[in-house]
Amino acid sequence: MMHLACPWCGVRDEPEFVCGGTTHIARPAPDASDHEWGEYLFFRDNPKGLHHERWRHAYGCGQWFNVARDTVTHEVFSVYGIGESAP
Amino acid sequence: MRETNSKYSAWALLRGAFSGHRQWRPAWREATPKPAYDIIVVGGGGHGLATAYYLAKNHGISNIAVLERGWIGGGNTGRNTTVVRSNYLYPESARLYDFSLKLYEGLSQALNFNIMLSQRGMLTLAHSRHDLESMTRWANAMRMNGVDADLLTREQVNALVPALDVSNQARFPILGGFAQARGGTARHDAVAWAYARGASALGVDIVQSCEVQGFVQETGRIVGVETNMGRIRADRIGIAAAGHSSVLAKLAGFRLPVTSYALQAMVSEPVKPTLDTVVLSPATGAYISQSDKGEIVIGAGLDLFASYAQRGSFSVMQHTIAGTLELFPSFSRLPLLRQWAGIVDVVQDSSPIIGPTPLGGLYINCGWGTGGFKAIPVGGWTFAHVLATGRNHELAEPFQLDRFITGRLIDEAAGSGIAH
Repeated sequence: MMHLACPWCGVRDEPEFVCGGTTHIARPAPDASDHEWGEYLFFRDNPKGLHHERWRHAYGCGQWFNVARDTVTHEVFSVYGIGESAP
Repeated sequence: MRETNSKYSAWALLRGAFSGHRQWRPAWREATPKPAYDIIVVGGGGHGLATAYYLAKNHGISNIAVLERGWIGGGNTGRNTTVVRSNYLYPESARLYDFSLKLYEGLSQALNFNIMLSQRGMLTLAHSRHDLESMTRWANAMRMNGVDADLLTREQVNALVPALDVSNQARFPILGGFAQARGGTARHDAVAWAYARGASALGVDIVQSCEVQGFVQETGRIVGVETNMGRIRADRIGIAAAGHSSVLAKLAGFRLPVTSYALQAMVSEPVKPTLDTVVLSPATGAYISQSDKGEIVIGAGLDLFASYAQRGSFSVMQHTIAGTLELFPSFSRLPLLRQWAGIVDVVQDSSPIIGPTPLGGLYINCGWGTGGFKAIPVGGWTFAHVLATGRNHELAEPFQLDRFITGRLIDEAAGSGIAH
């Protein structure tokens, strides 16, 4: 089972968390084109390997945080704050 | 290279019985790639093989290669729960999936290969009054779209599947459900092998262990692929790679509205016939049927984080098994024999993408998510059409990439609550 280290609660089992998908996606300006909005809402890199994603400790403290993780091995490289940029 | 088999028949079987069954030949040719083709299909799963077959059969194009990184049918085609059905909500989806089911109904004859289609019925359970109401809407929509659907009471569910716990004390009480009588199962490997044999007999080159590592672009157009067996050129290239669609799209230089997830399934040891219907319980996430071999086949839910690992989480397996045992208490002492996962290409609206990509000469068939197996015939049929003619098949017209820009989604995820 995958383990994630919640920045507030420490290492817990994966089922305590909910994944919120790819992180660091910038919201476009209100006057952005349909194409930009479509890209923002739906299109993803979906990488095979290193992926930066957001997780929430749903059955713990309820806080969001960021994770750098490998989508093949599921190895967690780093856990960092929701407001921080990717290490 | 030995010649491949001619027609399969009871007569050929009988003849074989008298000659020690020495006349059987491989069902398709082992091919080495030529330097150029009219069309290359990337991905030798059900959709890729069906595409090649219909290109040759419906459009008379046989200078085709199917390039498969592993072995044919070794990805999701060999990892699904073999269920076929067309119980969708929206007219566009109903047309697409029912066309697929109709092709399945004639596939054994059309391909001269027994795909062991068993239209044993597909039962979806309602566990609450709200489930009953939404299923009434769902079944009515199916009937409006010309697809068979029957609402069932608790008594009718009990008569159909006596092993279900329909008591009031059940953890997940069963208030009724709805059934699609034409739904059922087909032998998944046979579907891949039948299309491979059919395509090969029409001259298609099926190349296994051939990985596409890049695309060749000339003047803004894709004109070939780089593989571990060298460069292969083609006028048109179609991607049918399911969970690895984004990886191939990245090689070509564009993105897809796809996230890859692991979807798992498992089987018990074989037991005597006990379940002659496919049972789906959306509330517990379990999808249960019995194979011809006797195994209880259980399909689970997705691991809800991006993954390219072909294994599922233990917690999802536990959740699914727990739900299954509440529904079928008599299965509690069945040992599980195997568990596995496939990587599925999930799209926001749970509907597929069949058509051109932003790059000239490159086309894609993806986004079937957790439900690609039932769609193999129509995926191949419509993808072959766009590859052969350059125009979308009318069934595939609503299922284009640009719907994610225009907002014209076909949201089966929200509409019918179908998981993929």
